[in-house]
Amino acid sequence: MASIYLDHNATTPVRSEVFHVMEPFFKDRFGNASSIHRYGQDARAAVEEARTRVAGLVNARPGEIYFTSGGTESDNLAIKGTAYARKAYGRHIITTNIEHSAVLNSCAFLEREGFEVTYLPVDEYGQVDPGQVEDALTDQTILVSIMHANNEIGTVQPVGEIGRIVRARGVCFHTDAVQSAGKLPVDVDAMGADLLSLSGHKIYGPKGVGAIYIRKGVEIEPTAHGGHHENDVRSGTENTVGIVGLGKAAELAAEERESEYRHLSEMRDALEARIRIGIEDARVNGHPQRRLPGTLNVSFPGAEGESLIMSLDLAGIAVSTGSACTSGAIEPSHVLLALGRDPRTALGSVRFSFGRDNSMEDVDCVMERLPGIVARLREVSAAQVPG
Amino acid sequence: MYSSTVMDHFHSPRNVGDLPDADGVGNAGNPISGNTIALYLRIADGTVTDAKFRTFGCAASIAASSMVTEWVIGRTTEEAASIENHTIADALGGLPPTKMHCSAMAADGVRTAIEDYRSRHGTVRNAGHGRGRKD
Repeated sequence: MASIYLDHNATTPVRSEVFHVMEPFFKDRFGNASSIHRYGQDARAAVEEARTRVAGLVNARPGEIYFTSGGTESDNLAIKGTAYARKAYGRHIITTNIEHSAVLNSCAFLEREGFEVTYLPVDEYGQVDPGQVEDALTDQTILVSIMHANNEIGTVQPVGEIGRIVRARGVCFHTDAVQSAGKLPVDVDAMGADLLSLSGHKIYGPKGVGAIYIRKGVEIEPTAHGGHHENDVRSGTENTVGIVGLGKAAELAAEERESEYRHLSEMRDALEARIRIGIEDARVNGHPQRRLPGTLNVSFPGAEGESLIMSLDLAGIAVSTGSACTSGAIEPSHVLLALGRDPRTALGSVRFSFGRDNSMEDVDCVMERLPGIVARLREVSAAQVPG
Repeated sequence: MYSSTVMDHFHSPRNVGDLPDADGVGNAGNPISGNTIALYLRIADGTVTDAKFRTFGCAASIAASSMVTEWVIGRTTEEAASIENHTIADALGGLPPTKMHCSAMAADGVRTAIEDYRSRHGTVRNAGHGRGRKD
């Protein structure tokens, strides 16, 4: 049976080159990067080399990169950390209604703590209007958090324009670049970002490690208090194994970004074109151009998402519906609802996300199986199709 | 996640379709934002003789719909009306807790179809769940 992985926005395998550099740090090079002796110095040197590599991926200075446990922690740190550090200046935060749950739930937590949050809408392609961001700013606004690229539909936000508007008003700007780093140009200066979140396992690095960029001079209140690690921003003994892996993954992603962009776009565009021709009433979600190169989200009205995914899985094709974090829930994707999709259509959506190991043969294989699966589920639901 | 019985009924659902001249039709579920079933029953001499379904929903919903058609054929309207929410989940070898509503939807489909049958035949009883009542 086929075995095709098309869920790279959920997670990616660790690349061999990455695994190779991590391996010694499990056992032989086990030192604590805070120790003074040679074991500690060895670990410290490796952590700092990784910091330089991650900084290179986003055009930051190494001293502005702090290692965390991943994208979720980076988002929490950026949002809660800024809110607590700046609460004397105001208690208003602006974000969008298509953010990752790490951002939305951090904001929801702050609302319970007395902060006010504005959730901006998006257009039918999932884009935020920078003019609406400007209009939403008040003299109480302390933070704007808007993702660079959406995990479910791949739509890329005009973060450069938003960043200029926000920083001109002296407000802190955070962007979640977990999905875009390594796939699109990510430059903290061009984006006007004060804070940026990154994750290792989306770029062929290990799980359990990520980073946050904090512009020099921007203060945040730590969420984990402890032994002054990571310049007191994030205490806890450095995860040397993970950090070294993230560093290598970041280096490779930066080197290969342009060729990878072409490779992913070619496969995604081919699948999109063939689905449009081969499957009646397939509706592509997301922006036609301003979109992550490997992401394709399609609604198949009349077929339900989990049924589609399980049928594809039985055929050897791994995809997801919405984000992996919410597939245990039965609610339609908040992102697709924000685009204006009706709930039943939103329930019938599948996300294909390509990666470096996929090929055009995988597109052929999907198109051998997908039309039949959609047809079968539509047959089962025939009288139940909305509209 | 799912039992082999669920996977079997999901992958090869029994009795998909509709009965144009059904004696009772049951629509259940959430037509706005969730799973829905349309269950068609043919009933003769107080016994269900045929059943078909159309379901929009997850694997558990489709499997539960398929299973409920097998369960209901051959039962009296009395027995059918007394179906419990967990009856189909049990027949499927269990469902994950988050999917129990799929089994309940299939049971709702049966109860609603029997109500529809009774209302057409002037034997409507306590609009509800008819448990333990005699026709």
